[in-house]
Amino acid sequence: MKRDIVLAGVGGQGILSIATIIGDAAMKKGMYIKQAEVHGMSQRGGDVHSHLRISSEPICSDLIPRGCADIVISMEPMEALRYKPMLAPDGWIVTASSPFVNIPNYPDIEAIYAELKAVGNVRLFDAEQLAKENQMSRSVNMILLGAASHALGLDIATLSESVARVFGKKGEDIVNMNVKALELGAKCSQ
Amino acid sequence: MSEDKRLLLLGDHAIALGALHAGLSGVYAYPGTPSTEITEFIQLSPLAKERNVHSAWCTNEKTAMEAALGMSYAGKRAMVCMKHVGMNVCADPFVNSGMTGVNGGVVVVACDDPSMHSSQDEQDSRFYGKFAMVPILEPSSQQEAYDMMSYAFDMSERLKLPVLMRMVTRMAHSRAVVKVSDTVRDTNNISVPESQLDWVLLPAVARKRNDRLTAMQPDLVKAAEESKLNILAQKGKARMGVIACGIAYNYVCENLNEMADYDVLRISQYPIPTQLVRQMAERCESILVVEDGQPFVEEQVRGILPIKTTIKGRLSGELPRTGELTPDSVRLALGLKAHDVREASQIVAPRPPQLCQGCGHRSVYDSLNEVIHNVYPDTKVFGDIGCYTLGALPPFRTLNSCVDMGASITMAKGAADAGLEHVVAVIGDSTFTHSGMTGLLDAINANAAITVIISDNLTTAMTGGQDSAGLNKYEAICLGLGLDKNHLFVVEPLPKNMPEIARIIRQELEYKGLSVIIPRRECLQTLSRKNKQKAK
Repeated sequence: MKRDIVLAGVGGQGILSIATIIGDAAMKKGMYIKQAEVHGMSQRGGDVHSHLRISSEPICSDLIPRGCADIVISMEPMEALRYKPMLAPDGWIVTASSPFVNIPNYPDIEAIYAELKAVGNVRLFDAEQLAKENQMSRSVNMILLGAASHALGLDIATLSESVARVFGKKGEDIVNMNVKALELGAKCSQ
Repeated sequence: MSEDKRLLLLGDHAIALGALHAGLSGVYAYPGTPSTEITEFIQLSPLAKERNVHSAWCTNEKTAMEAALGMSYAGKRAMVCMKHVGMNVCADPFVNSGMTGVNGGVVVVACDDPSMHSSQDEQDSRFYGKFAMVPILEPSSQQEAYDMMSYAFDMSERLKLPVLMRMVTRMAHSRAVVKVSDTVRDTNNISVPESQLDWVLLPAVARKRNDRLTAMQPDLVKAAEESKLNILAQKGKARMGVIACGIAYNYVCENLNEMADYDVLRISQYPIPTQLVRQMAERCESILVVEDGQPFVEEQVRGILPIKTTIKGRLSGELPRTGELTPDSVRLALGLKAHDVREASQIVAPRPPQLCQGCGHRSVYDSLNEVIHNVYPDTKVFGDIGCYTLGALPPFRTLNSCVDMGASITMAKGAADAGLEHVVAVIGDSTFTHSGMTGLLDAINANAAITVIISDNLTTAMTGGQDSAGLNKYEAICLGLGLDKNHLFVVEPLPKNMPEIARIIRQELEYKGLSVIIPRRECLQTLSRKNKQKAK
């Protein structure tokens, strides 16, 4: 099995936590992993992305070739669209729908939605609202991860175990909340 | 290998752990993307703590390199870490460390930033290694980065030379599973060099040391030719050969299963293994050189091979002349068809980084702009390196320059010397101690008509909030350098204080001498991290 994943968002939205959970889950399965991240100034409210590759075979490049990503997971709709050229012909986009507007020339949101939907395999939903309704506003990233699980080929039980390992130090409540977020997200993708 | 010995590590972490396992006694560094995480890993490492490994931040890369050389003199293994432009700052001790040689092993890690993700240039540190005539290593994977550290320290001590380890952003900031060793080498005991004079680079000694270093060069080439890090793989009847350096090897491999006949020479140890290159050229009509950064190998290979061999690469246009390599650009250069790619969206807008909402730098720029827009539109503001460089972009558009660490003050002085009026320098606290103090002394001695703003957020913010060397000492430093105390001001950069700050800026712009204004308020990111830790 092999999955090439682009994670996208705006600095501070928590895309690296998604990468950490997927990485942990893949490692437990004995898979190979490569994950290129962005650090430094680009994190200050700018666009950020990470290339995450997991595979049962050794991985060469740290970067995913264009047109080869199996899935784009994004915390923000315009950021999802930014990586359209990365997507494989049958690739999936899983993205939160609520825009993060911190630039004066943010495009028309309906035009973004229309272009996203035209991609075909798209899960576009209001993960932020869902998180608020369930009193887990800081777990938007885990809701998205749950929604992407079908395309990732990693089941919720495996991801939940990783959540427990990675967030374990933060206490049982945080773990349970994030596991619930994964499950909520998984329902959205059905 | 038991499962718990497999760790998911950043390239930077692999280097840090590799160095610790190789018996490191001290890491010396100034923070700089993408190198910062090496030192941070060691600062948090239980093994480093148990062994009392030195890991406190240095004031700049030059002090770091020199301290490491001192530790080496005393027989211990030391590592120096920096981003590529840090090599410029420490070039003097680095180049001369090839002349003194080392006692305890020294590994200098330079993290290059092709495509300039967080940098002002794309310089390739391998040139420094060649310039100093020392061996260079360049890992192609995180595993190799880990394994190379003990190899590098052993080689450094065997040759009595520093070793340059060249990284790039995509290796430093990429994670992979690394198998780590069960055994950890002891740190060295103290031992000083036998000769009293070898490290005294007086001309008479330096000539001897230069002869020694120069005479070693054929041995270094031979070592690279015999190194297990440089591998020549020959398959089928190759017509095209590929030389792949460091991380570029991964991009070549990504496409290898679609290539029928090929020769691939992987280079991860320099000087260039001349014989291996010639051996490949015997079978190949053309050779593609794939290397991240500048055409370091490509240029040299042109001097090694006969004219009949066509050399392709960044210089010939097969690969882009600038920017980091990608699996896609390498694929095209290998003569393979591009993957089908969806058209990029036409409506997506760039989202540049920006200063945090509520950041003190914002109030500094708002106050400056108040004076520039309303009173002295001819004001020129010389900037520096840090989060506050973003003051060049909208909505502020305040800065007129950003060149290198500390250049704000000295460029402002030069511009004032030339006759510009209303000249301002904006520099951060950590950048000021890194390279601004000497320039300020020049300006004070000349009583240059400039206004220096040291925007103090009590930390090295851009790289993630490392300690700032001059914390709580800025007024004392300025006064100690001879600043007139009537022209030293400390203000708190909050929106409510803007009228007062603007008034002081205007007043000091009208003063035909040197002033220092220190707006001081803690970085919001650092503050929130501290508050979170307190809450625990």
